[in-house]
Amino acid sequence: MAQDDLYRTVVLERARAPQHAGPLPAATLNGQGSNPLCGDRVQLHAVLDGQGRIEAIRHETRGCAICAASADLMAGRVTGQDRAHVGRLHAELVEAVETGTAPAELGELAAFAPLHQHRSRRRCALLPWSALIDMLNDDKNG
Amino acid sequence: MDQSVITPTDAAGSLRHLRADFPILSQKVHGKDLVFLDSAASAQKPRQVIDCMADTMRTQYANIHRGLYWMSERTTEAYEAVRDQVARFVGAAAREEIVFTRNSTEAINLVAHSYGSLLKPGQVVLVSEMEHHANLVPWQMLRDRMGIELRITPITDDGALDMDALAANLADGRVALVAITHMSNVLGTITDARAIIDMAHAAGAKVLLDGSQLVVHRRVNVQELGADFYVVTGHKLYGPTGIGVLWARRELLEAMPPFLGGGDMISTVSFERATWANVPHKFEAGTPAIIETIGLGAALAYIESIGFDAIGAHEDALTAYALKALGNVNGLKVIGTAPQRGGVISFTMKDVHPHDIATLLDRNGIAVRAGHHCAEPLMRRLGVTATARASFGIYTTPEEIDFLAATLEQIRGFFV
Repeated sequence: MAQDDLYRTVVLERARAPQHAGPLPAATLNGQGSNPLCGDRVQLHAVLDGQGRIEAIRHETRGCAICAASADLMAGRVTGQDRAHVGRLHAELVEAVETGTAPAELGELAAFAPLHQHRSRRRCALLPWSALIDMLNDDKNG
Repeated sequence: MDQSVITPTDAAGSLRHLRADFPILSQKVHGKDLVFLDSAASAQKPRQVIDCMADTMRTQYANIHRGLYWMSERTTEAYEAVRDQVARFVGAAAREEIVFTRNSTEAINLVAHSYGSLLKPGQVVLVSEMEHHANLVPWQMLRDRMGIELRITPITDDGALDMDALAANLADGRVALVAITHMSNVLGTITDARAIIDMAHAAGAKVLLDGSQLVVHRRVNVQELGADFYVVTGHKLYGPTGIGVLWARRELLEAMPPFLGGGDMISTVSFERATWANVPHKFEAGTPAIIETIGLGAALAYIESIGFDAIGAHEDALTAYALKALGNVNGLKVIGTAPQRGGVISFTMKDVHPHDIATLLDRNGIAVRAGHHCAEPLMRRLGVTATARASFGIYTTPEEIDFLAATLEQIRGFFV
């Protein structure tokens, strides 16, 4: 079995050795998303700046490699971004996993485009994003 | 993994000639040969079933039981002949004890609604920790509706029913019904139905066995077992979806109120009231799954032509081989090691999530199930959130097991 186009190095590495995992004691926002079908769970902790941009974010993920890598890549990607930008990235990721083609601005997130062949696994990659958007929408100060 | 130390017995490959009967097995998935190891979820269909259903629609189809014309009467005969076939297949005392349902789930819901309505608050329905949601949720609903108690009998760590705990649960004499799987869809455990029934009857309880998995692999005789209710689904038996069976003792069916109301289940109807048809028709409201029922008949004929001696010998040999082959995969743990078991093997792999296992196997053409297998409480009991599961059919070969084991070893290599 050759290197799989879905389980690319970036996905496996981020699942094995995440760069943005763990608690964030200074967090002012906390969110969670779970997939009852497989038991995957993502907890998010974030601090926003005065302009509503994500100043810091960390995740604690219990789940498959796709979900764990997605959470970690997301955390790196949304740092410094506001809610509108998060929404645009999420929409582009949804389109990528549904069509199999990713716009250039998705960058490393394009690793999930092969999920268009695996309908049942798309939610694994999208779970951290829906948890993030729910958390930002629930932020009463936002 | 050292493949040289294990060799399959001849029996493990003894049914490979049947593969030619299953057109789907020549399909490619992601450009690879399909290796179908999810028969416990739903089995593939032989051309004998496919052709029978298509021929029925092409040559001999009309609504049944009511038509006064030739075509309807012939279709009625074909449909009702399957009731006789099913009665023989499960060892029923009479054809009237066979009720056609949509699947096992509907059969259990029928019992929960109808027989359940005869229970009194304070009486107990007893299930086990290894039930499919289909044999748990209907009883939870009955509990909430009727004020009965739902009691759960634990399993042992190897995945067998804890018979001491069963005895303790029966001791107060309040158990009205024991509803237990005859073979676990997660652990592969085959329960000792005879012992369960003897203990339950001694305590004054009736017994429902969920035979969805077992009847695929073993000859069942409900009278020899002494069961009171037995449920079966057609699509795991190499038959179509949409057709299942409830067998129950005639006196129980006669005492039970109808489940669904409508056409076919009545004797007479006025605007004020209706009287019920005799059993089993009392429980078969509306136009049934005529084509699927006739297809189930073709599936049963197909299975009978192979015989359960051959089916059992193949499965026992293949399961023993698979347990050894999978046991040699680094980091793989088989979940469920009861001594009496069938060809359903759940497993986890260290450092690899079951969903990643399933997706990577799929990309090599291998279809397995991953998740909680409609048995969430059992997953919690086992201390896992999900497992991967390989399950076998009459068409499964030792070469497919070898390919599964070798691919799992490669997958593990990705993650460590």
